[in-house]
Amino acid sequence: MKENDSNPNWQSLANESGSSLIEKAMEKFVFLISLTTILFVLLIFVFIARESLPIFLGTVERSIVREPIPVNALTTTPPEELMAYLDLSADEFQSMEKETLELLLEVKLEELAQAPIGTDATIQTTRWRYLLLPFQWSGYDAPAFIWQPISQIRKYNIVPLLIGSLKTSLIALLFAVPIAIGAAIYVSQLAPMRIREWIKPMIEMMAGIPSVVLGFFALIVMATTLQETFGYQSRLNALVAGIALGLAVIPVIFSIAEDALTSVPQSFSHAALALGSSRWQTASSVVLPAALPGIFAAVVLGFGRAIGETMIVLMATGNASIVSWSLLDSTRTITATIAAELAETVFGGEHYRILFVLGTILFGVTFLANLVGDVVIHRLKRRLEGKIA
Amino acid sequence: MSRQSNINTVIKGLFMIILVLLTKPLVLNGETITVKGSDTLVILAQKWAEAYMLEHPDAKIQVTGGGSGTGFAALQNQTTDLANASRRIKPSESAACIRAFRKRPTEIKVCLDGLTVYLNQSNPIDELSLGDLKRIFTGKATNWKEFGGLDAPITVYSRENSSGTYEFFKRKVLHERDFAANIQSMPGTAAVVQAVTKDRYGIGYGGAAYSTTAKAIRISRSDESPAYAPNEANVRNQTYPIWRYLFIYVNPDQDRDAITDYLRWIQSDVGQRIVTEVGYFPLPSENAEKIQLTIHPTQ
Repeated sequence: MKENDSNPNWQSLANESGSSLIEKAMEKFVFLISLTTILFVLLIFVFIARESLPIFLGTVERSIVREPIPVNALTTTPPEELMAYLDLSADEFQSMEKETLELLLEVKLEELAQAPIGTDATIQTTRWRYLLLPFQWSGYDAPAFIWQPISQIRKYNIVPLLIGSLKTSLIALLFAVPIAIGAAIYVSQLAPMRIREWIKPMIEMMAGIPSVVLGFFALIVMATTLQETFGYQSRLNALVAGIALGLAVIPVIFSIAEDALTSVPQSFSHAALALGSSRWQTASSVVLPAALPGIFAAVVLGFGRAIGETMIVLMATGNASIVSWSLLDSTRTITATIAAELAETVFGGEHYRILFVLGTILFGVTFLANLVGDVVIHRLKRRLEGKIA
Repeated sequence: MSRQSNINTVIKGLFMIILVLLTKPLVLNGETITVKGSDTLVILAQKWAEAYMLEHPDAKIQVTGGGSGTGFAALQNQTTDLANASRRIKPSESAACIRAFRKRPTEIKVCLDGLTVYLNQSNPIDELSLGDLKRIFTGKATNWKEFGGLDAPITVYSRENSSGTYEFFKRKVLHERDFAANIQSMPGTAAVVQAVTKDRYGIGYGGAAYSTTAKAIRISRSDESPAYAPNEANVRNQTYPIWRYLFIYVNPDQDRDAITDYLRWIQSDVGQRIVTEVGYFPLPSENAEKIQLTIHPTQ
């Protein structure tokens, strides 16, 4: 901004004053802390990506249909074949006694006896076409997007979950953005000092409500009230969850938007008021446009909060994995799926890896949203400063 | 069982957990028995532990939930002594245990559970057949009219797919067919019952110990056969069609006297009386003699 340009010496003054040793040490310490944060984010991403990599590369291989080896054939079967059949490493195989191997063979036979039979049994269901495209499984009337990870034929189509996450987040934003930004404009521009001192902390206190409490409120109170008012079928649906999610998003959007509006230089509004515009005209046509980049950032961060929220959607969406854009149908989000299913998956198994793929997608979506937000903010900022036409 | 005493049980259970967690560092002398697993069994397991510790002041029993699969995983890692389960162990889980400690875990039947199907109190329907349930839960039937009820769409409530009850229902009633995609998954039986209580056209299922505010209906094996209510007599003589055993699994190498005593006590009359108090059903008396509590694999 212009004010900074008129006072070019402040930074050089600070440098010349000669900082003490303690100050330098503190500086390095703070730098290291910020470096660790970046490192942690990186490590988390590497971990999630590593767990989901076999799915992305399509290297999860499995053959359900196997020729069974009877228990009494233990001594006549070559060790390599046994190791592959029982999925043992050479070391494990060496360390096991005959009785243990017999037990393992016995259990394997039981497993094969329970294995699915039929046309779908040989399908590698973790391939991308089964994850993303509809498929007509045996027993279904039409090709469909099916998420049924606990099933004889495990069906991992992620489209219903993607739609669920997007649907609830968008409802949350539709509900929260007008309220939060309206409140931000009122508090920062129009409200008298006394009222402002009340409203601002009250809205910001909403951020302190634990999401499990909001979820419970949605499950017990909102779901029933909304159903009685509108008379639709599913008591728990995307609308109920979206509104509850909106309550969690409002304080996020409000406080950033309010900051952005307050940080518009007073000279802008003073000039507008001096030229005879009303307070509302000043707020809506001078201050609001100037603060747009900050407000856009608020909405993007609100979206990140909404799509990453777990407890509210777990409790209030009804968790039905269906492909539907109707607001009044139940829905199942990515986050709720991971939270509900991860604890019971086999460590390193297919289901486990698919859930990590979902985690990677979630990470990617929030990262992209933040990136787009950042780029747009910079462009808008430069335009407001008159650097590009 | 009244709602109040249910809540009391939960509160007592929570209090116990906190107490046990607080005292844990003091009692690591090998006499602590850790129990982990099925959420269906957790209330009963806590009651058992509470009563047993009153009788045997030197015994320390620590109970946690988390789901049947969690219990098996802990058994395999040898981080728990006993694993509660609302379903039989899977071959893959057996194999993991054999790899970890070279033995099959021993299965011990501890009580019976009648899986109850719940409707809203205002629903005029009082009984359904297994075939009807299969049609409803796979999404083939979508209107109560088909079963002589009101002309209204059916809202189906189920459990999350990590639940042992979900898998049991799927095997026993759906014969391994997929649940319909539009069923709503609730995080726990209490949530299912709560949803059906509020939803006039809802249907859900869950353990017998939760039947308080929703209507438990009678179930028949087929349209021609008589329907039975999920009460103690019908479950114990197995005329009620959707019943199951609840299990405790134990590592046969962990053959400590404290554990054996505790398991014997659970199957004794005292232990089985607590089963009735909590709302599940005691083991059939003719069965109780057959179940020998040798801590060695039966197969």
